[in-house]
Amino acid sequence: MVADADFWLTQFLNGMQLSMLLFLLSIGLTIIFGLMHFVNLAHGALYMVGAYVGVSAAASLGNFWLALIAAPLAVTIVGIFLYVAVIRRMRRAGPMNQVLVTFGLIFVLVDLVRILWGDIALGMEQPAILSGPAEIFGVSYPAYRLFIIAVGLVVMVALSLVLSRTQIGAMVRAGVENDAMASCLGINVERLFFAVFCVGCALAGLAGAVAAPVFSATPSMATDILIPTLIVVVIGGLGSLGGAIVGSLIIGFIQTFGAVVLPGFASVLVYVLLAIVLIAKPAGLLPARS
Amino acid sequence: MKNHLLAALMACASAAFVANTAHAADIKVGLLLPKSGPYAALGKEIEDGFNMALEEGGKSEDFKLVTEDSEAKPQVGVAKARKLVLQDEVDAMVGIVSSAVLGAVRDFVDGSKVPLVVANAGNDEATGKNCSRYITRVSFSNAQINRPMGEWMARIGVKKVYTLAPDYAAGHQMIDAFAESFKAAGGEIVGSEYTPFGKTQDFGPYLTKAKAASPDAIYVFYAGKEAITFVKQYDSFGLKKDIPLYGSGFLTSPLYVAAEGPAAIGVTTALHYVPTINTPENKAFVAAFKAKFDRAPSEFAVQGYDAGRVLVEAVKAGATDRASITEQLSKVSYSGPRGPLTIDPATNNVIQNIYVYETVADGDGLTQKMIGTIGLVRDPANGCTLK
Repeated sequence: MVADADFWLTQFLNGMQLSMLLFLLSIGLTIIFGLMHFVNLAHGALYMVGAYVGVSAAASLGNFWLALIAAPLAVTIVGIFLYVAVIRRMRRAGPMNQVLVTFGLIFVLVDLVRILWGDIALGMEQPAILSGPAEIFGVSYPAYRLFIIAVGLVVMVALSLVLSRTQIGAMVRAGVENDAMASCLGINVERLFFAVFCVGCALAGLAGAVAAPVFSATPSMATDILIPTLIVVVIGGLGSLGGAIVGSLIIGFIQTFGAVVLPGFASVLVYVLLAIVLIAKPAGLLPARS
Repeated sequence: MKNHLLAALMACASAAFVANTAHAADIKVGLLLPKSGPYAALGKEIEDGFNMALEEGGKSEDFKLVTEDSEAKPQVGVAKARKLVLQDEVDAMVGIVSSAVLGAVRDFVDGSKVPLVVANAGNDEATGKNCSRYITRVSFSNAQINRPMGEWMARIGVKKVYTLAPDYAAGHQMIDAFAESFKAAGGEIVGSEYTPFGKTQDFGPYLTKAKAASPDAIYVFYAGKEAITFVKQYDSFGLKKDIPLYGSGFLTSPLYVAAEGPAAIGVTTALHYVPTINTPENKAFVAAFKAKFDRAPSEFAVQGYDAGRVLVEAVKAGATDRASITEQLSKVSYSGPRGPLTIDPATNNVIQNIYVYETVADGDGLTQKMIGTIGLVRDPANGCTLK
């Protein structure tokens, strides 16, 4: 194989790009998991809704950046509706019922999207400033993908600052650690849950809109992305930011380099790793609760 | 009271009987198409095309349609095929998008002797070593589309090619057929990769690898959402300006090309139908289709159309039941939207032209510029022993 430094650098950036996308999705899912003990399988469907809203907003407003704002807002509204109508009632229903209900929500959302937007995949234009390749460390790499990496890093830094430096962050961490104790200390855990849930939805919507120009919007993206995201959450450990970061990087890089080095095993490697982690560290690599 | 009831029942029964006999000349057709799942859009195109053929042939009234959703799943497909044949007692079946479904229903169709007109599934073996008298294919075979492209590319001077396709039966058949004829014509395959089917969203790693092999051209088969993602990513990695992209024409199908946008410009592919074929038959068809559905017909719509048209032709030639439809289908031959169409009596596969076309800008949209026609491509028997 021809393998010079440029080749590996490009592959490294490919790995980063995939990792950041996975991070945007898994962080919302993992915090909802960790804080609310709620299994929200519909998270992938919210990502799909984000992509479709992004496509439509970009087409009707003619502006990519407005679409990037519209998609998280719209998905948050969908999320609030789901929260009020379904999720709030299912909070104490136990994991099996939650899995069934949110799994059902996937089908409902996918079919609604099919009714509204049709079955044919829809594309979204990249903004002019980000179309075409950019030079980075001497290799030419699609500018838009660098943008995805940047969005992921910005969200990552912002979330870690909020979680480690602010009062809200302390409250969220307290809620993840022990929600009963947290409410004894006067934290309105229920309201906190709701806020975190909204942030998780907004990030899923953002991820969908950011991904749409590269992957295009299809109804099947709801389930396609769900399994890698769940694997990230399980490998990283429920409820922890660090776990989501580490998990996304591991999965992103394994998928990318697996495809290059061991193409025949690319899709198996991730599951092998998942099995190893579940055997060696069942709580994940960086669990939120010590 | 009892007598009244009996009389009423008798009346109902005889009414039903009259209704049956009144339409005795009707042909009952089972449409087995995916209405949900990843191929739902193709199912819709095929059904629209099929209905157009019945209307155009003036046979909408004579054909009674029963539609079933195959979900593009083999086990569902078999259950629905059984239902259509045993319960609905259809005279013929039309449809099948997925080759996996076709493989699954093949023995049942063959055993129950119900003619099946395949409107998409391209598995070579369905009209090769697994061929059946009762299975007629009006769409294409995987090899039929890709074999001519190997010779054509070698002829225009492409020497070294890298290939990419999804890792499933169709991906391998398409690339194998291309590679075989390309190598026979003097070309060289410098590298080849199969990506996990339906799971690959990011082609970046594969594209980087393909580029590193420095081929003259890259030849691929992708369809549906994978095609959209692939074409866009090929462009965004800046490969298009250095290494031209070729492929089987599903890559830039009119159904998906709008979603691909400018990234598709300059991609050269081969297919059995392109909306810009310059014949009166095709122009009339495109105009009628556009008037009805407000979009250009894709190859899938034409496959549906021809699936309907061969049935109409068979009925016009006097077919009335399962046996006579089977008999007449293998004799059908006409010039339609895609040019001359003949059913090969040796395999029951279609004999048709393959068109090489480039996707070019046309105002705000995209259109297909015809750059070559390979006339009357006929598959070898490949182990089929119909004749």
